[in-house]
Amino acid sequence: MNIVFFMIIVSLFVAIIFFILFLKSVKSGQYDDLYTPSVRMLFEDEFIEEKEDTKTEIKINQPNK
Amino acid sequence: MSKTDCFHCGAECDSNPIILDEKPFCCNGCKTVYEILNQNDLSCYYDFEKSPGAIPEEIKSKYAYLDNDQIVKNLFDFIDDEISVITFYIPHIHCSSCIWVLENLNKLNGAIISGIVNFPKKEIRITFNNAKVSLRQVVELLSSIGYEPYISLEDSSLSKRKTDRSLIYKLGVAGFAFGNIMLLSFPEYFQSNEFWLERYKPLFRILIFIMSIPVVFYSANEYFISAYKGLRHKILNIDVPIALGISVLFLRSAVEIIFNLGQGYFDSLAGFVFFLLLGKIFQKQTYSFLSFERDYKSYFPIAVTKINRDQSEINISIYDIKEGDRLLIRNEELIPVDGILINGTAQIDYSFVTGESLPVSKKSGDKLFAGGKQLSGAIEMEVLQTVSQSYLTQLWSNDIFAKKEDKTIKTLTDSISKRFTIIVLLIALFAGIYWYFENAAMIANVVTAVLIVACPCALALSAPFALGNMLRIFGKQKFYLKNVTVIESLSKINTIIFDKTGTITTNKTNIFYEGIPLTENEKQYIRNVLRESNHPLSRMLYEYLEKSDKIEVSDFKETFGKGIYGRVDNFKIMLGSESYVKGSSSNNLQTSIFIKINDETKGKYIFENAYRNKITSIFNTLATTYKIGVLSGDNEGEKEHLSNMLPKETTLIFNQKPEDKLEYIDRQQKMGEAVLMIGDGLNDAGALAQSNVGIAVSENTNVFSPACDGIIDAESFNMLPKFIELSISTIRIVKISFVLSFLYNIIGMLFAVTGNLSPIVAAILMPISSISIVVFVTIATNFISKRK
Repeated sequence: MNIVFFMIIVSLFVAIIFFILFLKSVKSGQYDDLYTPSVRMLFEDEFIEEKEDTKTEIKINQPNK
Repeated sequence: MSKTDCFHCGAECDSNPIILDEKPFCCNGCKTVYEILNQNDLSCYYDFEKSPGAIPEEIKSKYAYLDNDQIVKNLFDFIDDEISVITFYIPHIHCSSCIWVLENLNKLNGAIISGIVNFPKKEIRITFNNAKVSLRQVVELLSSIGYEPYISLEDSSLSKRKTDRSLIYKLGVAGFAFGNIMLLSFPEYFQSNEFWLERYKPLFRILIFIMSIPVVFYSANEYFISAYKGLRHKILNIDVPIALGISVLFLRSAVEIIFNLGQGYFDSLAGFVFFLLLGKIFQKQTYSFLSFERDYKSYFPIAVTKINRDQSEINISIYDIKEGDRLLIRNEELIPVDGILINGTAQIDYSFVTGESLPVSKKSGDKLFAGGKQLSGAIEMEVLQTVSQSYLTQLWSNDIFAKKEDKTIKTLTDSISKRFTIIVLLIALFAGIYWYFENAAMIANVVTAVLIVACPCALALSAPFALGNMLRIFGKQKFYLKNVTVIESLSKINTIIFDKTGTITTNKTNIFYEGIPLTENEKQYIRNVLRESNHPLSRMLYEYLEKSDKIEVSDFKETFGKGIYGRVDNFKIMLGSESYVKGSSSNNLQTSIFIKINDETKGKYIFENAYRNKITSIFNTLATTYKIGVLSGDNEGEKEHLSNMLPKETTLIFNQKPEDKLEYIDRQQKMGEAVLMIGDGLNDAGALAQSNVGIAVSENTNVFSPACDGIIDAESFNMLPKFIELSISTIRIVKISFVLSFLYNIIGMLFAVTGNLSPIVAAILMPISSISIVVFVTIATNFISKRK
């Protein structure tokens, strides 16, 4: 049962890592604006069209920055 | 004929819409924006929302001052040799299309590197390459697509505030500790005498103790500081019993585990701090797209055009304006300082500053006051006073704006907490004395238990959650309050004062005709003559009259500020003030245009303020409970109309200058009245600050409103009586929940005084009382707001 001793320490350690990540993410300003990202993610990815060929357009998917 | 709506901005196109790509547009501006977006592959703009655009403003030289580095240097967030970062407030941001087009500015101008929109605040942060594009070009680009930024004096003088996130950090610490301490406390709750439990008890207890240290010293430190400040001023505010409860909890629990007397109450401690901080965050609701702190600086522009001796024009910051300078004020621009009109026809709209509803005509040599908006073309003026000495800014140096600090209102919670603390201390004392005689060993146990259970968790949560919820409900109805204490102040008022212009009137004017009826032909002639004049009244009457054919007008003559004359089809048409048309004038102060055709005075068109919908019923409802008054900066022209519309007991006072309004409210307050002032515009700023509650009415919350305690959107104006009633009901709910929390306290006291307060009892009682109070208060406030 000595394993309990070890497990408690490890679980606390993991919890503290998550806590530090929480502090860092709040500090980075992610949560200052809670609304706009929800709209931003609904925008479609950009298509790059080959301008030379207007008849058969080749569309390339590029992720939005 | 069916009316089509503009594809870009949604306004009704008149009978000749401009068609492009089979889409209708109401004007060239909208069509141009559509073309710009289309040519740059941005036509997705129209996919997200219907008619998301706005008619773009005329640009021309409006932004010339942005080329001047001195003027604009404070606007930037960051600037170096290559990159500039600037944050703009763009009032037109209102939908997802806006976000989309503004974040894709790069497609319109490659030198703009990125745009990041903060939708709740209606701001955009633009990063651009300043070697390839200038600030002026960026702003002109934004204007050309209908997203003009609002740049005011305040932007260049504010030092950027750092966002304060400490409350979230504290909540995070408390929440982390709360969860983990509860988990680690569980084994001991169940008191199974297992061997392994006895072995690990010390470990668990130490871990719990370590985790609660940051909770007490970091998360809860605000309460200690506030309690200390309160005690220093000999006030027992709500934070005193909270701080007392936390410290007793901590000390007793620490003693218990150090001397191995027991488990301690750390879980209750962490939970308690967690709920309290949650309450604080909940009541801190702010509306980031509004500002309740605006003073004249956010109304004035940053720069103005100065005319040098050699007739060249340069842009200078308005702080650099000196006596004797010559300034050029363009159409729709603000006059920044007091001065004299030199050149040009001045029609100045002072409604925001003095409350006069109609524009004032000024001729060369007349004095112009700061704050008015020039309406009819460009004028030249000579400066008499600098910005800080102008009449308008003098208003702001009135003491009322300086003494904001002392106005901390004694809230309901604070007044209850005073008695609460004293009673608790007395109970602790008596319990201690009783047990001293019964069984002295129990004293420490009982006294600390009393102080622990007296911890006013439920008491402290009632107000934040009730008021915070009501604040949100108000916000959904477009009644935005600065903070929760305004609700309490609202429930205590007994006098309501209204401003007239812009507050109980809308910006529309009603026109009706009095006199010998006019034929269609005569109306057509009048309309043609009106077309030649630029006077605001002429323009209003022109819009009002039915469309007419264009007929040549000969001998047109405009006598400035008096009237106009013209010949149409050999009819002599004379339109103007009574003295101009009739030669004499009665003392009728009503704004009107008299009509004279071929030397026969036919009658007059009367211009009346259009009052808001249902104003009579609003006043009647309020008059039953409150004393009502209307203070106006306008003349007495509307007096008869108003006294017919409003209940008899309403006080009506006219010709009030801003200081007069402030003094009137001050006098009422000295007589013991609690005053609610409802106004708009700079002329009410002093009165709004002086009153117990100051509410600004806003036709468009994007536009400036003066410093106040709350902003009500014009749409919701008729719900004002309901809002006041709801505030009173909310306070009633808070009082009821106080009673409920006292019940919990009494139950807890029974346990404590008899020495039976075990950790598990405390751990159950605390969360249950808090959660039930929060649930009760939330349901109750939602219920009363739906009912009325």
